[in-house]
Amino acid sequence: MRSTRTVELSTGLFVLLGFAALFFMVTQITNRELSVNGGSYEVTAMFENIGSLRPGAAVSMAGVTVGRVDTITFDQNVYKAVVKMRIASNYNRIPNDSDAAIMTSGLLGGQYVGITAGGSEEYLKSGDRIELVQDALVLENLINQLVASFMGRRDEQNDSGAETSDDNQSGEGAQSKTEEAKQ
Amino acid sequence: MKLLREVTGNAGDFAATVGGVTLFLGRILGQTPRALLRPSLIIEQVHNTGALSLVIIMTCGLFVGAVLGLQGYNLLLRFGSEDALGTAAALALIRELGPVVTALLFSGRAGTALASEIGLMRATDQLTAMEMMAVDPIRRVVAPRFIGGVIAMPLLTLIFIAIGIFGVQVVGVQMFGVDSANFWSQMRSSVALDDIAEGAIKGVVFGFACSLIAVYEGYTAVPTAEGVGRATTRTVVISAVLTLMLDYMLTAVML
Repeated sequence: MRSTRTVELSTGLFVLLGFAALFFMVTQITNRELSVNGGSYEVTAMFENIGSLRPGAAVSMAGVTVGRVDTITFDQNVYKAVVKMRIASNYNRIPNDSDAAIMTSGLLGGQYVGITAGGSEEYLKSGDRIELVQDALVLENLINQLVASFMGRRDEQNDSGAETSDDNQSGEGAQSKTEEAKQ
Repeated sequence: MKLLREVTGNAGDFAATVGGVTLFLGRILGQTPRALLRPSLIIEQVHNTGALSLVIIMTCGLFVGAVLGLQGYNLLLRFGSEDALGTAAALALIRELGPVVTALLFSGRAGTALASEIGLMRATDQLTAMEMMAVDPIRRVVAPRFIGGVIAMPLLTLIFIAIGIFGVQVVGVQMFGVDSANFWSQMRSSVALDDIAEGAIKGVVFGFACSLIAVYEGYTAVPTAEGVGRATTRTVVISAVLTLMLDYMLTAVML
C-alpha cells in the first residue's frame, strides 16, 4: 500500500513538473500577452515592399508594442503586400489617418510596423485600412540612389533615373509611371 | 558471389526486422485500449521511465544550458550582440537540443531498463507463464511500458528545456552580466508558440520511437544472459541512430 502511494505521488509530481515546464515556456518565453488578455481588432495596410517583415512582428506606436502582424499576403490585383495587423482593443483611439511605416529595430534587428498618429477625430476600427504607408527601406535601392546622385550629371539624370526606378520597382504598376510622368 | 549473398541476406534481415517491428507495433496498438483500462499499470511505468529519469534529465539539462550559455556568450560577444544570447540559446534548446538530448538520455536510462526487464522476463520464462495462464503479455507487460514511455518522454523534454533555459540564464545573466531585461525580452519576442510545439512534437515522436525499440528488443531478446545484454546494447544504439535520423526529417518538415 505504502509503495503504491509513493509511486503515485512521485509520478504525480513528475507529471505536474512537466506541465509546469510547459506553462513556464508558454507564458514566460513566448510573447502572447496581446492575444491572451482581452480582445483585439484587425486593421490592414498595403505596402509596395515589406522587406523582411514576418507574421508575429510587433506593431508599435511611440516605441510601445500595441499589436502584432497577423498575416501577410500578396494581392495580385494591385501587386502589393497586404499586411493584416491585430491591435489590442484597449488601444482603440488611434486616428484613422495615422500612417504605418515598416521600420528596422537596431542595426541588424528585425522589422516592425511603426504607426504614427494622425490628426483625425475618427478612430481606426476593426476591418479598417491604413491608407498612408511607408515601405521598408531596401538597402540596394538606397545605394542605387546614392550612386545616381554621386554621378551628378544633370543632362543624363532623367535617363538613368528612369532606368534605376524601373530596375528597382519593376512590376509596380500604374503608380510609378505617374510619378515618372510628373518628373 | 559470396559478397552478393551476404548483402542480399543482410538486406533481407533488415527488411524482416522492420516488418517485425511494424507488426509488433500493430499488436501493441491493438492492445492499447484494453491496457488503458488498467491505468495503475501505466502509472507505475510513467514512474519507472519518467519520475526515475528526472534527476539525470534535470542535471544534464542544467549543464547543457550552462555550456550553451558559455559558448553562445563568447560567440555573440564577437558580434557585439550578446543580448541575443537568450534568443539563440532558447531556440536551440527548444527546437533541437532539448528533444534530442532528452531522447538520447531517455534511451540510455529508461530504454535499457525496459529492454533488460522484458528480456529477463523472457529469459526466465515469465512471459511464457503468462501465456499459459491466458494472460496476453503484450497487454499486461509490453503495452503499459510502451504507453508509459510515450507519456513520459515529452514531459521529460519540456522539463529538460525549462531547466536548460535556467542554466543559460545562470551563466549568461548571473556570471557574464548580460542584461536581464534584454535577455528575457529578446527571447520572448523571437520564440513563438510554434517553436514550443515543434519541440513537444519531437518529444512525442522520439518517445514513441525509443519506447517501441526498447520493448521490441526486450520482447524478442534471445533468452540467455548474453542475449539480454545484446538486446540492451542494441536498444541504445538503434534508438540513438533513429532519434538523430528522425530529428533531421522532422526538422526538414517543420522548419
